[in-house]
Formats: sequence, C-alpha cells, structure tokens
Amino acid sequence: MTVTEIPLVEATTSETAISRLKERFPGAVQDDSRHGYSGVVVDKSKLVEVATYMRDSLGYDYLSSATAVDYHGIADSMEMVYHAYRTAGGPALVFKAQTDRAKAELPSLTDVWPGADFQEREAYDLYGIQFAGHPNLKRILLWEGFNGYPMRKDWREAYYEEEHKPFESRWPAGWVRRAEELNVYGKNVHYPADFDLAKLTDKSEESLYSDLGLGVNVQDLSAENGHLKTDKLVVNMGPHHPSTHGVFRMIVTLDGETIESLEPVMGYLHRNHEKIGERNSWNHNMPFTDRLDYLSSMGNNHGYALAVEQLFATGNKWNPPSYRAECIRVLMVELTRIVNHYWAIGFLLNDLGAFFTPALYAIAEREKILDFFEATAGARMMCNYMRFGGLYKDLPERMHSVANLINDKVRDFDTMDYLSELINERIPRSIDELDEFLTASEIIKSRTVGVGYLPPEMAIAYSAAGPLLRASGVPYDVRRADPYSIYPELEFDVAVRYNGDIYDRYLIRLDEMRESVRILKQILPRLEKTKGEPVAGISQYMPRVPMGESYGRVENPKGELGYYVVSAGDEKGPQNPWRYHVRAPSFINLTALGPMCVGHKVADVVAILGSIDIVLGETDR
Amino acid sequence: MFGQGIVKGLWVTFKHFFNTYADDIKYAGRKYLRQENFEVRQGLRSQGAFTVQYPDEKLAVPERFRFTPFLVTEDTDPARVGEDWCTSCGICAKVCPPQCIWIVRGTDPNTGRPVPQPEAFFIDIDICMNCGFCAEFCPFDAIKMDHNYEMASYDRTMHHIHDKDRLSKPLSYWKSIAPTTALEEANARGGWEHPDVLKAMKKAGKAADKPTKDNMWNVLSAPANPALVAPAAPATAAESKPVTPAVPAAAAPAASAEGGKAKFDKQAMLAKIREKKAK
Repeated sequence: MTVTEIPLVEATTSETAISRLKERFPGAVQDDSRHGYSGVVVDKSKLVEVATYMRDSLGYDYLSSATAVDYHGIADSMEMVYHAYRTAGGPALVFKAQTDRAKAELPSLTDVWPGADFQEREAYDLYGIQFAGHPNLKRILLWEGFNGYPMRKDWREAYYEEEHKPFESRWPAGWVRRAEELNVYGKNVHYPADFDLAKLTDKSEESLYSDLGLGVNVQDLSAENGHLKTDKLVVNMGPHHPSTHGVFRMIVTLDGETIESLEPVMGYLHRNHEKIGERNSWNHNMPFTDRLDYLSSMGNNHGYALAVEQLFATGNKWNPPSYRAECIRVLMVELTRIVNHYWAIGFLLNDLGAFFTPALYAIAEREKILDFFEATAGARMMCNYMRFGGLYKDLPERMHSVANLINDKVRDFDTMDYLSELINERIPRSIDELDEFLTASEIIKSRTVGVGYLPPEMAIAYSAAGPLLRASGVPYDVRRADPYSIYPELEFDVAVRYNGDIYDRYLIRLDEMRESVRILKQILPRLEKTKGEPVAGISQYMPRVPMGESYGRVENPKGELGYYVVSAGDEKGPQNPWRYHVRAPSFINLTALGPMCVGHKVADVVAILGSIDIVLGETDR
Repeated sequence: MFGQGIVKGLWVTFKHFFNTYADDIKYAGRKYLRQENFEVRQGLRSQGAFTVQYPDEKLAVPERFRFTPFLVTEDTDPARVGEDWCTSCGICAKVCPPQCIWIVRGTDPNTGRPVPQPEAFFIDIDICMNCGFCAEFCPFDAIKMDHNYEMASYDRTMHHIHDKDRLSKPLSYWKSIAPTTALEEANARGGWEHPDVLKAMKKAGKAADKPTKDNMWNVLSAPANPALVAPAAPATAAESKPVTPAVPAAAAPAASAEGGKAKFDKQAMLAKIREKKAK
C-alpha cells in the first residue's frame, strides 16, 4: 500500500499573528513568559479590541475554548485562557486576560464570538468572574442556592478529605469508613448567607414569566383587525423527558405553536468533573474521562492522553507512543466514531417518531464493535484504554472467553480475522443498509429537510463543532486542520454538507462513518506490519509531569474535544494537575440550539436537539 | 414516485424480521445448543433478532473483561494454602482513582514492625469504578479483576464493603477465568509462583519451571522452598494453632529471627474493627 502525501492546510504560525498584535497594541499585549506557557497576555482594558482585531484582521474566527484558571497560592490572580483558531486550519492563538481574585472582573467577549456565551457563564458559575457586558450572566451548571465558587482553589466540597489524592487514610492504617459516616447527609449542604430555602423562587427565570400577562381576560383575546389576539405560553420541556437524551431542560416560549425563544437549562448531571480532576493525580483522570461522553470513551481517552503527552514532551525522560500504539489508537477512535454515529442516527430517528426500530438495528451493529472493545480494553463503554505514551495492552491474540461460573458457553475468534471481517464486510454493509432504510424515506425528509437551519457564519460564531459545523458547509475537522497522531499519513476526506438542516446532519454522519471505514481499512495492514512492537505507556503509577500548560484536542464524534491542562506548583513536577479543563463539544454546541429552533414547532425542537447529538455526561460534567 | 422511499425502508424491516426466523430454520432448534451456533449468534454473522435471553443465557465475557477486584491467594504450594499474595505495599490504594481501597498493613505482634501482609483489606464496591488500575499496577500480581457481575444485594450499607475474606480467591480461580493473561503474567514473573518465592528460590539456586499451558495446574507436592517454612513457633506467639509464616520471602529474615507471625486471625480483626467503631 502506498502512503500518499496529503497536502495539509498551510501551517500559519501564530508568531506572525502575535507580532502583528504587538505592533497594533503596543503595551497591551505581552508574551506569556512563564516557563512552559505559550501565547500572549492581553491587558483586560483592551481585551475586546484585541479580540475584534484578531477575528477581523488576523482571521482567527473560531473561538475554541475559553476557560478560567485560579492561581491562588502561586499568584494572587485568576486568568481567562482563550484558544482561537482559523477555520482555514492551523495552530491556535492562545491569549489570556488576568484579573485579581478578590474582585474578579473581565470584559465579555460574547459580542466578538457569541460562542463564548456558555463558556463565560461557566467561568462565572465556577470561578465567580464577573463578565461586564455579558447579556445573560447567571449560573449555568449549578443552581442559585449554591454557596461559593467551587473551582476556586480555596473552596472545599462537602466530603472534603484532602487537597490531593491519594488520601492518607487509605493506607497503611486503612480502617474503612463510609463518607456518610463522617459527614452526615443533610448536614453537608451550605447555603449562601442571604438565601432562604423556604422562599425559593428562581430569580434567574423571573423575566421569562414576567411578560406573560397572567390573569388574562378572555374577552380581550377577541378578534382584532381580523386576527385572533393570542397569548404567549412558556413550556418547560424536560428535565425528565425521553427526547432530551438525559436530564436536560428547555424553556420554550411559544406563540401559538411557534417557538419564539428557547433557552437550554443544564447541570442536572453536574458533578464538578474538573474539581475531581484537580484532586486526582494525572493517571487517576484517565478513567474519569470515560464518563464524559460515555458513548465514545476511546476518543475521550485519546484527547486527555494527547494533552498530557504534550507536557511530557517538554521534559527530558520521555518516549512518545510507538507507531503501533498510534495505529491502535486511531483504530479505536475511528471505531468509536462509528459506534457513536450509529447511536446518534438511531436516536435521531427515535426523536422523529420512528420508535426504536432504526435505533435497535443500529445498536445491533454497534454491539459487534463493543464486543471488540470488551475483549481488548476490558469494558464495553468505560474503556480506560489509553495511557500516557501508549496503551493499556496490545490487541489480544484471540477474542477468547472461558467457560466458568458466569459463562456457560464460550466463544473464540481470531482478533485480526474478526477485525477485518468487521471492517471490510459487516460495517460497510450495515451502513448501506441504514442508508437504504432511512435516507429516501419521505416521512424523514418531510420532517427534516429545511428544519433547524444553521448558516455557516453562525455555526462558526457559535463555536459549533463536529458534524453540526460541517453540515453547515464549513469543512473544519481537527484531524485535518490541526493534525495529530498518524492522521497526516492517512487518506480520507473531510465530510461536508451544505444545507445546514437536520437532514444534512443525518447525512453527514453516514458520510463520516464511511470515511471512518476508509481509514480503518488503511489501519489494518499497518497493524499486521507492526505486530510485536511494544505499546505500553509509562510505567509509573504516580508520574510527575513537567510544569507548563497544554491544550490537547481531538476530533471526537460529537465535535472538537479539548483538554486544557496546567501543571504548576511543584518544581519537581507536580503529581496532580493544577488545572484540568474539558472543552466539551456537547456543551458548546448547545449554544446554537436556541437560534436554530426559533420559528419552528415544538415537535421540531426534539428533532433539532437529536440532530446536535448531545450526551449529558459531557454537557454537565 | 412518492412513497417509494418508505417502501424501500419497509423492505429492510421485512428482511430483518425474516432473518430472525431464517436462523431458526437453518439451525433447526440447535440454535441454542451447539457451541458453533452460539459463536455464530454472538459473532459477526448473526442476523435478525440479536436478543440474549438473560439470565437463561448470558453473553460470553472475554478474558480481559474487568468488573470488581479480588485478591489472589496461594493454592499451589500445599504448605501455604490460603495465604495472600498481597504484601500490603499500598500501590493499589494509591493508584485507585475513586480511592475505594482501604488497606491495614500487618504488623508483627512481637516487635510492632510492619510485615508484608495485609491485616485487613477493604474495597467499597459502590465506589469502585471498575477501571482496573489496581490490577494493572500491582507489582505482585496480587489483585485481579473478577468476571462476576451478578452482585446485587438488598443492603447497601455493609454488604457493599467487601472485606478480605470476601475478596480472597485462589490463584487457580484467576487461571480459570483468564488463562491467557495468567500465562502472560507468569512468564513475566518467571514462574507460576509468587514473585517473592521466585526470588527466594533463585537465591537458593533452585530454578522455577518455565510457565506453560501444560504445567499451569500443577500443584507442588512439597513446599516450594522448605527453607521458607518457619520452625515451630514459640508457645507465646500462638497457643495451639499451627503456625505458618506470614509471607514467605520478604518476611523471611524477620520470620526466622523471631519465629514467625501468628496466622492472620479474622475474629481478632473483626473485634478490633468493632472496638474502633465503638469509639
């Protein structure tokens, strides 16, 4: 097999952009000179101007990630870290704005990049940074009776034990205690000082209900100018509703049956994944990433491994993953993409009313891939397969099970035979079958064509990612735009569709599955060729990671998944991340949900949400 | 023609429906009986309905499947049957992401010095996230991931904290659920025995058998290393119980000097726990 050179998007260095920024804003833009850090620090008074210039004159039109870091104990400051990209491709322009902890305030960038909306609200919610000029600054993941800002370094959770794991109490004198015994349920909640639980009304939603004209006189609704005067109605869809794919609420304001506005409400599954991540050691976080987008845990593992490996690479003792390890990673990640899209298509059809027939056909195929994951990684969904610098284990020789107490019957397949039959026959056949089953159906077309339109410029502005962005005609795929792993040498096309409606989002998932099969077919001979190469990652159970920051991002099935990690606070190399942030595609893609739904009917909301394909484990973190 | 797409789709549904029964006819009732047919149904060539009739029938779990951890105990060496492979080094407790492992390191009752054997070992199974790190990073192959996923119970407070008694399973159990992995691990150790035993054997100039599939189930007829079996304990250490050494090799110098440690006494441990709880 010949490996063809794929011309990549011209790698425009961010250095040129930075020097132009410094020229344009002398004094306000400075290099981030801390060891292991990159990008620039922008004076907060000039932040909006600098960002506008970046977007309009330098072409950084896509804000990937905006997140806060609390440097309590190192410096008395907090900072917002922004990663902006060009949709034409190339590396990030990282810029930061600092503010002091006592009075944390920064200008909002929602006017420049509307995609910053949810991310700034998250930073406000978890860090207490006030964003001047934000149109809707209120808590997003937590509720308003929550005391304090949990991601600040000096905040402690109800079952607080120690700053970092491993906890002293576990060994060598580990007499077991249940957390509830130490901190009894009911006594472990603290409310803000002026908060009265008994009189709780959600102030943040008052405005929604205020202009509803409660107590309407029916006489007033009589015909006027030939039109019936109608009243607005607020409907809470969810949080407990099968169409929301989890616990997720949408506040829909209706005029008749037409949607006037829609506001997503999330956080019902919030567990402060990032705080847990900062208590954890570097290794501990790997299985936790499985639980983000639990349908594609291999992809989550990959992103985190990439982020930490970037830090390792700055140190001296570091062996990058072997070629075989990279091949297996790509194999797993592409299989995950297929798994995820089976699921997404199946459940999109569920949302459209084709109750469970397409979903179960898709799940039947997905099952075959999960069997492979189970035989290789040990679990079907919570794979926990990747390690820093490698993998948990090589592919097994045979997918073998033994008769014992649990299995009454067994099976035994040769792994490579299974894989090649799966990739060359079973998956392509089932994709074609799905295509035949659904694509031409008139019912599906009438429900989806032209519904939930998202124009490309809006998709970019809202930081939409993945199939949502590409179905709107923006061919932006991290695997091509900012390549990682062995993707540069693999031959595949970035799937793109141009109509930006639900139908195209369905079609693009089929396209992507076919592209994934194409990649997998190229991986198989590479696996044969590299048989026997070691794949193990680092062997330390509590590794020390060189200081610095890094942003590892991968093209996950749901969109761009990024991990921003900071290693700080220990000269020898910290054993725990100082900051561990997840740029969750499901979360940020929801920014575009409201605008997409306006003007449609209630039944369409369900379909539009299904076409974004969210997983609440990742949205709420 | 309008409606053609729907008809085409329904044809696919019909094929799925038909295939379910086609399999029934093809295997003529033997569908659930013969091993080959089972592999077909749980493999890539299955068609139609794919339902597994749990609990009458279960999915075959592969060797690497991991559920909750268990502790490996010795059962090849007749002199030390039932003893832990665990040396209570604490690596599993430290590497456990949700911190569900609690270990009490054993101490010598005479000197108060730590001995490489756990006095108590708990896993809060509600907290365990089945990641397998404990088994992966254990340098003694003393903790492994079990396949048993049927663990429902009626009480979540005490039943879900598994103590050492409940966690312990013999090495032969591990060999039975994951023979390939067990063989790989034994090859990495250099023999089927505990790493410390192997070390002691090497010191004594006695080579261990190279692990193969054939000698996997061999039980030693004599103690692996007679030098490691401690002499009869002084009467003060334990009243009338037969005394065996705590853990063979690492403890060997201490054991020979002090006459060995009393066998792990579960009742005493439970009494200790109760006493601690009462405080």
